[in-house]
Amino acid sequence: MSIALVVLVGVLFATGVYSMMHRSLTRIVLGVGLLGNGVNLLLIVAGSRPGGVPLVGQLEGATDAIPQALVLTAIVIGFALQAFLLALAWRSWTLDGNDEVEDDIEDRRLAAELRRSIRIAEAARRAERDRILGRAVGE
Amino acid sequence: MNELAPVPTVLPLIGAALALLARRHPALQRAIALAALTGSLAMSIALLVHTERHDLVIGRIGGWSASIGISYVIDRFAAIMLVVAMLTLLAVLVFAIGEHARGSGSQIFMPVYLVLAAGVGAGFSTGDLFHLFVSFEILLMASYVLLTLDGNESQIRSGTTYVIVNTIESIVLLVAVGMVYAATGTLSMAELPARLAALDGGLRTGLQLMLLVAFGLKAAVFPLFFWLPDSYPTARSPITAVFAGLLTKVGVYAIVRTQTLLFADANHTILLWVAGLTMVVGVLGAIAQNEVKRILSFHIVSQIGYMVLGIAIGGPAAIAATIFFLVHQIPVKSSLFLVEGLIEHSTGTSRLDRLSGLSHRSGMLAALFLLPALSLSGIPPFSGFVAKLGLITAGIDSGHGALVAVAIACSLLTLVSMMKIWIGAFWGETTASMSPVDGSTIHPAAPRWPVPMVAATVAMVGVGLALSVAAGPVYGLCERASSDIADPQHYVDMVLRR
Repeated sequence: MSIALVVLVGVLFATGVYSMMHRSLTRIVLGVGLLGNGVNLLLIVAGSRPGGVPLVGQLEGATDAIPQALVLTAIVIGFALQAFLLALAWRSWTLDGNDEVEDDIEDRRLAAELRRSIRIAEAARRAERDRILGRAVGE
Repeated sequence: MNELAPVPTVLPLIGAALALLARRHPALQRAIALAALTGSLAMSIALLVHTERHDLVIGRIGGWSASIGISYVIDRFAAIMLVVAMLTLLAVLVFAIGEHARGSGSQIFMPVYLVLAAGVGAGFSTGDLFHLFVSFEILLMASYVLLTLDGNESQIRSGTTYVIVNTIESIVLLVAVGMVYAATGTLSMAELPARLAALDGGLRTGLQLMLLVAFGLKAAVFPLFFWLPDSYPTARSPITAVFAGLLTKVGVYAIVRTQTLLFADANHTILLWVAGLTMVVGVLGAIAQNEVKRILSFHIVSQIGYMVLGIAIGGPAAIAATIFFLVHQIPVKSSLFLVEGLIEHSTGTSRLDRLSGLSHRSGMLAALFLLPALSLSGIPPFSGFVAKLGLITAGIDSGHGALVAVAIACSLLTLVSMMKIWIGAFWGETTASMSPVDGSTIHPAAPRWPVPMVAATVAMVGVGLALSVAAGPVYGLCERASSDIADPQHYVDMVLRR
């Protein structure tokens, strides 16, 4: 297992996760790409030792071909995913001029409604308290 | 029979390709989609009958042995799930055809829907961890397209969150699969139990947790559920119906498989906590909402908690109850979303503050909603009651009294939120309007829907009722499936036999 490759996996994961923390979808796509490459490399590094070509009849000292087959599949899937994410970013940009990932609107609306009703209830309670206090002072 | 194991997966894939070729001919596309899913359903039923009469069905793709190649392993559990899933997919397809009949259908809907069906089929029938990852990707990719099919602002907004969260899920799953391969040198679910058992305890727990996080995100369990109630309600009703019925359940299925087959002797305390919190948070979220689709979406989360509870309790009785819960949940949940689709079709909204008096306008609609709603809340004699009774009995027998109490309380809260929909949408005055001619009030006419939409909804509600009527035999089947799962050695021997 090569130390350089292991460090590279770490770097790809770190940069990928950092990019995904942003609100801009383009950066997230870049993050997905970095992270995806990190995972593919991880599969290669962790899954098999370096060795010869695995041809039938010459399996002595050959490398394990299965992780490479897995990575090949994962690359294709990652490619499709990034293409779709880019399409989403483009669509988002044509709709409202940016590609920001936004919060759940309905959730915000419910939270705002809750805050408003709490405010109204508090105001009512304060008024009630003032009324009682005012009466006590008046007496 | 063994060669036919992949048929329920392959038929929709072929159908998807043909439907894409026939994209200029909507009628032909519909016929292809219906034929592919009907074929899949018939094959799934044949597989169920075969597993019931004989034994596991094992299809080795390309004739490779299980340790190198991919094998499709269909036991009773997988066959039951295939039948229920294909039935639901078919019914929702009919509903979608009815909805699209007004000319708003998209050319891409049918092919992508069939790809989704293929992904679901592959997820239920695979016996290989990496192929499970691939089938997740197939169904996720299809779900991304379906969720953002209209391309409007709210769909793009919630679709973005959905895609990113599920991408992270795929990455976690892929890392977990890679780690499992690095640690054991195999990905076949038949070889893994022995090899995992030979590993160091800490390493095994690490692998188990990574798989659990990945599948938990898919299944929307407690800390990982936030994306679901945000994204599902924005899609069209039939799409939400099939997502709600199937996608999270594939995650639950994967959790059942890994927890019972790969990590059978592991400690499940963390799952107990997850189950309790998922039930409570999901149902409280549902009560807070004000829109039918969002209430139902939070219910998906809450109901997932019950299934995780069954997995966490463990043992044949609890797993049998979990399987029955899955079987009950898929049609009931889908039919509720289909009813919601009917409401939205006739009123143009699903917000409770804008809906009123629907039961006066259409008694049939009210009945169609009430039956699955009562079933979901666990009111006897419906199937939800049978499922919850099984879980509660298993929980009490294994000494998890506190969690059983939580489950019962959540069940009552489910009923409360269903009553919220009932009172808000079905009771009250019908919104009458003034006639411009003579000032008299006009009552809105009874709503009319295309026949396929109503037929599909009635059929799904009927499936739910049939599960209540035939709860005994179906529960017996689930118990047999559970006793298969309780004996993983048989599964291993059968798959590895050459």
